[in-house]
Amino acid sequence: MASPDTAPVRHWKKPPFIANPLLRYGLLVLAAAYLIWAFGSLPFNWARISEGLPRAARIFSGGFPPNFDRYGLLLTGFKESFQIALLATLLGVLLSIPFAVMAARNIAPMPIYLVGRAIIIVSRSFHPVIVAILFVAAVGFGPLAGILTLTLYSIGFVGKLLAEEIEEIDWGQVEAMRAAGAGYLATLFYAVFPQILPRQVGLSMYQLDSNLRASAVVGIVGAGGIGGTLMNAFGRYDYDFAFAILLVIIAVILLSEGVSGWVRKKIW
Amino acid sequence: MLVIKDLVKQYGHGEAVLKGLNLSVEGNTVVSIVGASGAGKSTMLRCINRLVEPTSGSITLNGTELVNLKGGELRRARRKIGMVFQGFNLLDRLTVMENVLAGRLGYVNLFQAISRRYPQADIDRAFYLMERVGIAHYANKRADELSGGERQRVGVVRALMQDPEVLLADEPTASLDPRTSEQIMMLLQSLAAELSLPVLINIHNVAQAKTYTERVVGLRHGKMIFDGAPVDFNKEALEAIYGGIEAPDEELAPPPPKEASHGVS
Repeated sequence: MASPDTAPVRHWKKPPFIANPLLRYGLLVLAAAYLIWAFGSLPFNWARISEGLPRAARIFSGGFPPNFDRYGLLLTGFKESFQIALLATLLGVLLSIPFAVMAARNIAPMPIYLVGRAIIIVSRSFHPVIVAILFVAAVGFGPLAGILTLTLYSIGFVGKLLAEEIEEIDWGQVEAMRAAGAGYLATLFYAVFPQILPRQVGLSMYQLDSNLRASAVVGIVGAGGIGGTLMNAFGRYDYDFAFAILLVIIAVILLSEGVSGWVRKKIW
Repeated sequence: MLVIKDLVKQYGHGEAVLKGLNLSVEGNTVVSIVGASGAGKSTMLRCINRLVEPTSGSITLNGTELVNLKGGELRRARRKIGMVFQGFNLLDRLTVMENVLAGRLGYVNLFQAISRRYPQADIDRAFYLMERVGIAHYANKRADELSGGERQRVGVVRALMQDPEVLLADEPTASLDPRTSEQIMMLLQSLAAELSLPVLINIHNVAQAKTYTERVVGLRHGKMIFDGAPVDFNKEALEAIYGGIEAPDEELAPPPPKEASHGVS
């Protein structure tokens, strides 16, 4: 130990996130070069932007005041959206349970696990709008395409999170049921499902909320619901009606968000 | 009668955990199995009901070979082997009654299990056993609302609901305070006599093992190095089992062998 008067002043600096200086500064240079290139290659057409701004202003001013005269159409559209969202949530959440069991490494044998994971990955890999385009092509315009789309979307999302929840259960309960001589399904119903129940309820509420939002979007590509009504209003330059629809969508989503948040808080 | 012959268990390619174990338990003997952590006590118990797959050897329960059973045969054999766990392993979010009836899952069909329509005889037995251990008034309470000692009583009743021919207890008292753990040991002892059931208890606590059981089996490094009456379990045996290994610091734990002056009664 050096005595205090000869001890050198000791500096300390937080070690850099990337230890190799070559790599560190190399990455910084690369990132800067990419940003310059990306901005340089963006086709900003200032003439068109200056032309478009007044047009945007015209559309918005055309939307004022919002026109609720055709509330019948509005109601029909929303009713369909609600039906799509509710049915898709119910179907999706129910179907996600077997798929989640298949995709949980701790309770599914390897081949089944791979199949389950594959199903969940495939149903998660496309945005609902793309899936909706496919289903509209397959089953035609209307709410059926919307229901199928959002069911698939729900299976992917709820299934994945539920599978992860199953992988984290308290394994002792499963062991206890096995030791009692319970079969596979009885073990699932006694030792696994009660443990994931609160999570499942919370996820279902969230999914209902999210399906309601998504049902407005998939309607735009012809899968039924309020999205279709909105698209038609825009197509016919009924900007005041379109604006009324947008306001109601915002209100409904705010409301559903509040309700589902309240229910989830009650259940946890 | 439970007979274990040349039982070997090896995880992967490492050193075997159990190296040719032989043990037979008959009648309604209460046997305690003592040994340091890692001696293979838990592995041996779990080999009996096949929660762990034995590598080789033979285990027979009243004449039935357990080692090669598969599927339905294994489940039917398991329901004759009750097990009590260290962490209780109760179904936390279900009621006490559901936990107790879960001991019958090997007997009822899936529909009865899911709809909770158990035969009346099972429900009668559940109430009888719950009253016997003093938890009947909790029947409709959620299992995770009970205290440690009460939860282990639920665990014991669940195992007894299986109408077992042998009861395995894997450190049943290690998660409990000293007083409660003594109550549970007494309970296991008296239930074994009432139901004339052989009981195998893994236990860290040598004092309790000697007080509440009729036979002590000592394991070290996967081999049996002591088998005899509690009175014969002396300092040498204790040294042989725990010597050179730090004694587990449990309540009422045996003092380290070096401090012979404070020896166990």
